[in-house]
Amino acid sequence: MFKEFRILKHQGRQYIKDLRQQPVSELFRGRPVINGNITGSEINSVCRQCPAGAISDKDGSIDLGRCVFCRECEFLLPGKITFLNDYRIAVNRREDLIIRPGDDRPLRLDENVIRKDIRRLFRNSLKLRQVSAGGDNSGEMELNASGNVNFDFGRFGVEFVASPRHADGIVITGPVTRNMSEALKICYEAVPEPSVIILAGTDAISGGMFCGSPAIDRSFPDSHPPDLYVPGNPAHPLTFINGVMDLLGIS
Amino acid sequence: MNRTYLEIETNPSAVDLSNIPVTVYDIFYNEVAGLLKDTSNHCVSYFGIEDGSLIKFICLIADDSTGRIKAFSFTSERKSSVKSLTEVCRGMHIFEREIHENLGFDFEGHPWLKPVRYPFNRKNSEEVMDNYPFYTIEGEELHEVGVGPIHAGVIEPGHFRFICNGEKVLHLEIQLGYQHRGVEYLLSGGLSPLQRCVMSESIAGDTSVGHCLAHVQAVESLSGIEPVEKLQVERSIALELERIAIHIGDTAALCGDVAYQLGQAVCEALRTSIINRTQDWCGNRFGKGLIRPGGTNYPLTESVLDSVLATIDDTCRKYAEITDRIYSIPSVLARFEDIGIVTTVQASAIGAVGMAARTCGIPRDIRRSHPFQYFKKYNINPVILNTGDVLARARLRELEVAESIKTVKDLASIWKGLEGEPGKPVYPEKMKPGMMAVSLVEGWRGEICHSALTDSSGNISYYKVKDPSFHNWMALALAVRNQEISDFPVCNKSFNLSYCGNDL
Repeated sequence: MFKEFRILKHQGRQYIKDLRQQPVSELFRGRPVINGNITGSEINSVCRQCPAGAISDKDGSIDLGRCVFCRECEFLLPGKITFLNDYRIAVNRREDLIIRPGDDRPLRLDENVIRKDIRRLFRNSLKLRQVSAGGDNSGEMELNASGNVNFDFGRFGVEFVASPRHADGIVITGPVTRNMSEALKICYEAVPEPSVIILAGTDAISGGMFCGSPAIDRSFPDSHPPDLYVPGNPAHPLTFINGVMDLLGIS
Repeated sequence: MNRTYLEIETNPSAVDLSNIPVTVYDIFYNEVAGLLKDTSNHCVSYFGIEDGSLIKFICLIADDSTGRIKAFSFTSERKSSVKSLTEVCRGMHIFEREIHENLGFDFEGHPWLKPVRYPFNRKNSEEVMDNYPFYTIEGEELHEVGVGPIHAGVIEPGHFRFICNGEKVLHLEIQLGYQHRGVEYLLSGGLSPLQRCVMSESIAGDTSVGHCLAHVQAVESLSGIEPVEKLQVERSIALELERIAIHIGDTAALCGDVAYQLGQAVCEALRTSIINRTQDWCGNRFGKGLIRPGGTNYPLTESVLDSVLATIDDTCRKYAEITDRIYSIPSVLARFEDIGIVTTVQASAIGAVGMAARTCGIPRDIRRSHPFQYFKKYNINPVILNTGDVLARARLRELEVAESIKTVKDLASIWKGLEGEPGKPVYPEKMKPGMMAVSLVEGWRGEICHSALTDSSGNISYYKVKDPSFHNWMALALAVRNQEISDFPVCNKSFNLSYCGNDL
């Protein structure tokens, strides 16, 4: 017993007080900013190099729904593309994930698109069922971490539960493999209405590096518009937490 | 007498494909069966490549005592069949199953020629996930329990089918494949070198450093790039940090499974501080982006290294304090001790690697037997335990964390004494033609093997990935036999195997 108290004392306070303002490493790869004066030939070169096909050859915009946050474009064109450590990059409209040259404003949810029921029913308690459908386990570990002693998302009543019948929505990770597509559908149908859908990580949003793979079946995400897109490779717990707080209207 | 195999002397290594003697199956069978009788030999990879109506097989047998790898090869008609090696060496079962599933090639006498992962391009498309041929036992007193593919926690999918007598598990069969993303198919195709790196980091995202390092080593040996010493030290530090972080996280999960909340909370917090240092180093908590061929975009800096050292010092103290407590609480020990035992005989028969082998008294550690990166110069002391139970797998993590912390500290002082820079990444578009690269890395789970073949114009034409989980899933199935079904979660957690690493 006393040993346990001593351990507690040595651990001190672990939880992050302000999940909105928590500083992260300088090098963390969050929201990119593209210099407005990027030239056509520069766009061509980063476009050819981008491993995920996230950069448009037309205007040089970066699609965070496809970006794998490798930062290689910044290394190729330092000064022209800069990845900030701004982790608040979750949005609820797919088009908002496209960052154009010259754009430098925070990414936030569009209030008008949030379904009314979500805030009315889940503001104080949102139980989620996580479905990994080809996720590489880094995304799953980050979602687990969002409930740990540091991030403690449970403080707002947001938790992962075992049964979809106890859940208010699903969080999908991974590009959605063919072999998992049926189970994902069954799981979603077991969640009572109105069910929230969150896509966590670039793989889930677009298929990421696997979007051209014949082993992937995108029919579920293509036919079920999500309530929240959480980009990242994997999505950082703070990205996920801040996105869900915005969705629920927690200040 | 002509040699029947090519001896590969170093790890990683690239050899001329034409130098691997092509033998006939009977000779291959006898040689491999003979070699595998010696427990210091084990198969690290065995695959077949379609070549017209023929299949060219390559089999790699690693010798832990000499650090060498014997490369065998034989060809066979696609439609024919050969005598299964599994009857004499059980560890070959999974390789033969994989070859059978991918190529439709038959192994006579294989007792268990069942699907491994249901790849999209499997030869027999009538085999679907819904009709997996589960083993059954008839009996009025028996019942079956199915778990998954979606599990209770936030983890990857897989299906477990138990045959139970009351609460006791008689048999567990594990059906995987839900995570199949076509990794090998994509890596064998026309990806750019950068795409291959990013994809390798996602083979198993919890082992980003391990898998990407295995890939990068293969690419470097195929293009004649020799990483400078400083880069080797940095990669070795990154690999050990990954091991420390995951082992501590697993300790948290094990405590969670037996409802020891303080142990769980403390270890979660300790893991957070380690992965946040990795993030300080390269911007990603899992080390994605850190390992690249020929150099790195994130050279280690004095200030990052100092904060790593301060963190591991603190971690070392606090982890020792909590593990000391965890392993002295009777209610924890009652759930760990003598639970989920894998015997040494079983472990060596199934070709277990990594932690699953080292907890059964088998001293198998690639860092020691086939050293790579700076482990060529720095000797680590593999931790070996003998009891093969959940407690051994839990304590192995405790001891390996201490050993890895010591390693990181030693490597840090070596790093400080080295001049120069690790260099910028090099992305070789073309590599040496007609070669095969073999690259082994001891990730935190165990031995990772990547093999890459190049065609006559120097492009990668075939890529084979082997995650340690490929062997070790069978160890979990054996561990839960005759256990209470309620002990399954803690057994599963004690192995913490990769679903996506197996399903690829």
